[in-house]
Amino acid sequence: MVKERNLSEEFQEAPPRVSEWKRFWRVFFQRRIVIFGLVILAIFILTAIFADWLAPHDPYRGILKDSLQQPNSTYWLGTDIQGRDTLSRLIFGARTALAVGFITTGVAAFAGITLGLMAGYFGGIVNMVIMRIMDALMGFPLLLLALLLAAVLGSGIQNVIIALAVAMVPGYARVMHGLTLSIRENDYILAETAMGASASRTMLGHILPNALAPMIVLGTMQLGTLILAEAGLSFLGIGITPPGAAWGAMVNDGYRYLRSNPVLSFAPGLAIMIVVFAFQLVGDGLRDALDPRLRGLL
Amino acid sequence: MTELLKVDGLATYFKTESGLVKAVDGVSYHVREKEIVGLVGESGCGKSVSQLSVMQLISSPGKIVGGEVIFEGKDLLKYRANGPEMRSIRGAKIAMIFQEPMTSLNPVLTIGQQLTEMLDLHLHMNREMARERAIELLGLVGISGGENRIDDYPHHFSGGMRQRVMIAMGLSCNPRMLIADEPTTALDVTTQAQLLELMKDMVEKFQHSLVIVTHNLGVVARYAQRIYIMYAGRIVEAGTTKDIFGDPLHPYTIGLLKCIPRLDEEEGRKLVPIEGLPPNLINMPSTCAFLPRCSYKTDRCYREPWPPLTHVHDEHYISCYVNTKEKISEPKTR
Amino acid sequence: MTTYIIRRLILALIVILIVTLIVFFVIRLLPGDPLIIFLGQQAQQGGITQEELEYLREEYGLNDPIMIQYLHWMGGIFRGDLGTSIYYHENVGVLMAERFPVTLHLGALALIFSNIFGIGLGMLAAIRHGKWIDTVSTVIAYIGVTIFTPWLGILMIYLFGLQLGWLPIAGYISPFDDFWLSAQKVVMPVICLGIGGLAGSARIMRSSMLEIIRQDYIRTAWSKGLRERTVILRHCLKNSLIPIVTLAGISVGIIFGGSVLIETVFAIPGLGRLLVTSIFAQDYVVIQSGTLVIAVIIILTNLLVDISYGWLDPRIRYG
Repeated sequence: MVKERNLSEEFQEAPPRVSEWKRFWRVFFQRRIVIFGLVILAIFILTAIFADWLAPHDPYRGILKDSLQQPNSTYWLGTDIQGRDTLSRLIFGARTALAVGFITTGVAAFAGITLGLMAGYFGGIVNMVIMRIMDALMGFPLLLLALLLAAVLGSGIQNVIIALAVAMVPGYARVMHGLTLSIRENDYILAETAMGASASRTMLGHILPNALAPMIVLGTMQLGTLILAEAGLSFLGIGITPPGAAWGAMVNDGYRYLRSNPVLSFAPGLAIMIVVFAFQLVGDGLRDALDPRLRGLL
Repeated sequence: MTELLKVDGLATYFKTESGLVKAVDGVSYHVREKEIVGLVGESGCGKSVSQLSVMQLISSPGKIVGGEVIFEGKDLLKYRANGPEMRSIRGAKIAMIFQEPMTSLNPVLTIGQQLTEMLDLHLHMNREMARERAIELLGLVGISGGENRIDDYPHHFSGGMRQRVMIAMGLSCNPRMLIADEPTTALDVTTQAQLLELMKDMVEKFQHSLVIVTHNLGVVARYAQRIYIMYAGRIVEAGTTKDIFGDPLHPYTIGLLKCIPRLDEEEGRKLVPIEGLPPNLINMPSTCAFLPRCSYKTDRCYREPWPPLTHVHDEHYISCYVNTKEKISEPKTR
Repeated sequence: MTTYIIRRLILALIVILIVTLIVFFVIRLLPGDPLIIFLGQQAQQGGITQEELEYLREEYGLNDPIMIQYLHWMGGIFRGDLGTSIYYHENVGVLMAERFPVTLHLGALALIFSNIFGIGLGMLAAIRHGKWIDTVSTVIAYIGVTIFTPWLGILMIYLFGLQLGWLPIAGYISPFDDFWLSAQKVVMPVICLGIGGLAGSARIMRSSMLEIIRQDYIRTAWSKGLRERTVILRHCLKNSLIPIVTLAGISVGIIFGGSVLIETVFAIPGLGRLLVTSIFAQDYVVIQSGTLVIAVIIILTNLLVDISYGWLDPRIRYG
């Protein structure tokens, strides 16, 4: 006979299980500061995409006779030594930063995830070799590594991307490695293998999807670092240099005229800080919304 | 025997996201000198919180909102939680040992350091004296070779031995009262027995009072002189061990005893678990909290608020409207 | 404990070896012929013949097979000879001896600055969790991590140097030559170098402490009647420091990276600037040795970090 539970009305029912995604988004949007970061990021991305329409003047060629002007009605943030409009260069600098940021992250993540996945899945000597190299690379300060690589490869945006990507790969590889190890221990992975699934099927079909969420969080968190690194490189004159519009290079240029036209340095530096700040906020927000078990790896 | 500790109307609430949790809601009890008292109840009934409140070890989001804790004639709740008065009582006059021996000792300090710091603080012993005393204490609680072990770290000890260290720490300054919060729950049965015997020996030797908090009636059966049964933040029955085991009056106590196998009963008796779940301590109704699970309930129980603790005879008190001796228990219809 | 140290030491040496290989071979990939650049100056003063070019090539060993060049270089290092700079025409060892102490000076100060303030701030934020100091600490932590350090330097130069005139705006002078002036010159660069580390330390210390404070053994400590100060300093601190020590190891790397930028901003003749100039001049001799020195320092620092783990957390000694 079936027992009927006759619980008093005073007791509440256990709350229904909320879907993991819904919970994630709820926690993520909970904090106002994270939303603030998102707004800034949106502005940043839109500026980068619509730079051509937003910029009032040509960022690459200036009118010489208009050089070194203070902020005025024509040139809202003034001009540099070549007469180029600072505001326009700032707007196009967003595009550079965005492009370098996303592409580099994409490349580094791809390489890092692959390496980490293989190292974690196959273990043994593969693991040792890959992770030792990653360790050696990680020991280096990011900027120095990127600097050396960029110097080797030469200037130009592609080389900067490669240099930065190589410098960032160990970060992704390490986290992916950790994730692979922990996901691999799950019973359903063993079940898959017992059923005869091939290595690549397991890795791609099962381990990878589970690692997706923390990887996205990692990528977001690393984007800020990347923008700073790229700015550092262009500040030193490696990578994108004038007439190209890169915030770091702009800071360096403006430095020379600090006494007379401080805005030349201040504006791009401020832009960098705001954008990196936004990435940090959003990245932290994502990480906090993530399943606590995965948070430890980040 | 004089009263060492008198707790009157203690109330401790926790402010949580889901609501106000009344973990301890009007608890009154007393402990006499050299007495062993048991505090028994299910998980979440507030027994640990009540003892932490006595020591004023409650931190946000919890707050002691009412009551008195009279110890040696003074109300401890009048003191600031971290003020010098409370600090001079903690460890020195009232000591506490906790449930989890694996995590209750600091992993980066030697047990010698953790023992001697109390001796230094409360008894103002210098290093050599404290060290010697610490070694003595280890011997007292059954850890031989104290001299060699005193500089070891907690992870060198097993759970049972760590708990002995905790007991040594608790006794180190000769407190007048020792509170043991589920001291043996995390340990295996043999170790449990050893530790309880040890604690009893200590009481005889040092003549302090002991409060044992546990969910296991069996533990207190042998050692305690008086027992308090707690449910949902209040005391529902109080009495001598004989009263509780021989003449249980509250439906909850009766229910608890029905779940325990006993050597002196006829074979084949079924163990009867108490139906239902412990209550959610948020938004408690004003009526008796045991009502949904009670087999003796009457109409009165639905109408009136939680019954106060009433005197039955001698030391026996219960918090119930029903005379369970007369009324027949009515288990729920199936 | 000793076996632990020895194992860590051997591991460190292996990593150093790998690094020398990487450094050497990557540098060789530099485009351009360093000799031509060097000779670029000479060429302006008067022509240079093919024979002289060849002679110089021999002189610098650029014609030997690459493995021989590697062994040659390693041999030189063990003898203490790091080669001759192509750009500066000076012995690299001499160059480094001039520049290294400068970077060390700034770096050490930055490390001390970032750790003391970072740990202190983090501790305060944890103990007074939720109060205003917690918020302030979080804000500072965010700023420290997101700010573009050259920009901070430039801002400070503008404010404290140009506008207020409180501090000198560039250059470096040894504290042994003029202590007070040295101190003034060093303030702004050290703050710029250290701010990232400060933010990191504060953050880590705060979260580490918050976790420790909730541990059972801290509750035990309170139950013994100890004062807040004792509980925090004796029981919490040692446990909380473990992640900080990791950070200190990473900080050294960050500070070296930062030096490259900060030394440029403040015109400080240190290792970072030397490296940048050498990269532009494609002076691979300097780049090689400079990178190696930095790498060795970082690796040794990490070794120290590992060893100190063993001291801080006795459970690790047997791992």
